[in-house]
Amino acid sequence: MIHCVLHDPHDSVAVVVVEGVKAGATLTGLILDEDRTITLDCAEDIPLGHKIALKDMAAGDTVIKYGVDIGKVVQPIRKGTHAHVHNIKTKRW
Amino acid sequence: MMQKTFQGYRRENGRVGIRNHVVILPVDDLSNAACQAVAHNVKGVLAIPHPYGRLQFGADLDLHFRTLIGTGANPNVAAVVVIGIEDQWAKKVADGIAATGKPVAAFGIEQHGDHDTIMRASKAAKEYAQWASERQRVECRVRELWVSCKCGESDTTSGCGSNPTVGDAFDKLYAAGCTLVFGETTELTGGEQIVAARCRDDRVRADFMRMFDHYQDVINQHKTSDLSDSQPTKGNIVGGLTTIEEKALGNIQKIGRKCVVDGVLDKAEAPTGPGLWFMDSSSAAAEMVTLCAAAGYVVHFFPTGQGNVIGNPILPVIKLCANPRTVRTMSEHIDVDVTGLLQREITMGEAGDRLLAMMFRTANGRLTAAEALGHREFVLTRLYESA
Repeated sequence: MIHCVLHDPHDSVAVVVVEGVKAGATLTGLILDEDRTITLDCAEDIPLGHKIALKDMAAGDTVIKYGVDIGKVVQPIRKGTHAHVHNIKTKRW
Repeated sequence: MMQKTFQGYRRENGRVGIRNHVVILPVDDLSNAACQAVAHNVKGVLAIPHPYGRLQFGADLDLHFRTLIGTGANPNVAAVVVIGIEDQWAKKVADGIAATGKPVAAFGIEQHGDHDTIMRASKAAKEYAQWASERQRVECRVRELWVSCKCGESDTTSGCGSNPTVGDAFDKLYAAGCTLVFGETTELTGGEQIVAARCRDDRVRADFMRMFDHYQDVINQHKTSDLSDSQPTKGNIVGGLTTIEEKALGNIQKIGRKCVVDGVLDKAEAPTGPGLWFMDSSSAAAEMVTLCAAAGYVVHFFPTGQGNVIGNPILPVIKLCANPRTVRTMSEHIDVDVTGLLQREITMGEAGDRLLAMMFRTANGRLTAAEALGHREFVLTRLYESA
């Protein structure tokens, strides 16, 4: 089963695509642009459609998805945890 | 191999439609009641009420007329009865539609009242309904299809599943010589340089960036925050989308990887040739789809993540979804299930082919989920206050 997908191998986040992903699980991630899989450890419960961090990130870092900039980190994010509006903000507007 | 033909309605001006509506079109809010009464009297005709049309001026009034005339002129419409409070503006809209060669009649309510207007308009509507019922579908070429796209209630599965499925289909339709459109100006924020790089030449690129920058000015002029309460929407955020940049990068998956942006369109403006067009537009679903219908598009691809239920009175809206929970909980709204993409069960090429297969079935007459459920959202874009 594919638990999460990322677009580009350099992405710093992946999208959870199944329900019921729990802390402690080992996840299979599909890299869409390369059609190959990776494995990663999940450190937090993450809902379907929400993002899991693929690396540790510090406030001020740029978040990469689709291989490009999707915003800035505003609270530190640990690898394997939930990456969303509580720790990432837009750089626009 | 994509099929090459479908069964459509060839109109007087040579354009091809996939529906055969007789529309009862109000020029203004005051004429909605009469239009709905006509649609009650005559079976098989469609009133499309809306809240605007009084004391608009300048570019906003031009857009109002362009949208109404474009809606009536759309080849999915066989004939039109126009009703306005004032006969001059009803005639103006009817004359615009009549340029296509299709049957159209105009009625003004002033000095007649609702009863007399409804009676006269009902007689015309009945003639048109019977005339339209004898129009026959004929074999048409795929390149005669005008296909629009707009996503809604997006989530992260839109960007990795349903939107690139539209992109795959658009690449194939572009190669077949179809006329395509995308829009949603502010929802390109963060991906605007990717779109700019896809423009045919420097002139198109400059036109696109002028429209993009203008819409950014509108946001910056009126915003009271970073728009994190409305863009991404609450539904987007529940679905896992975090920033406008992330939403935009998912959005632009709809224009595929091969097709080129051949030109730009103002709101509700008809394209002048085949290819992929960018329409400067709101990102609100019903507004954008209404503008696509007014520009002459006859079938629409609508990817959704969290489950937008939109339809349009005259433009069949085909919904596709890659979110397994939405497909399970809102199955009656989804025409094409592409959840298999995210489990590596189907390829992107296969997903695109599924969407195209549904497009041909829809073009041949199959009702979309939105049509079967009676979704007829007709929402006119306003540029500013009335006078």
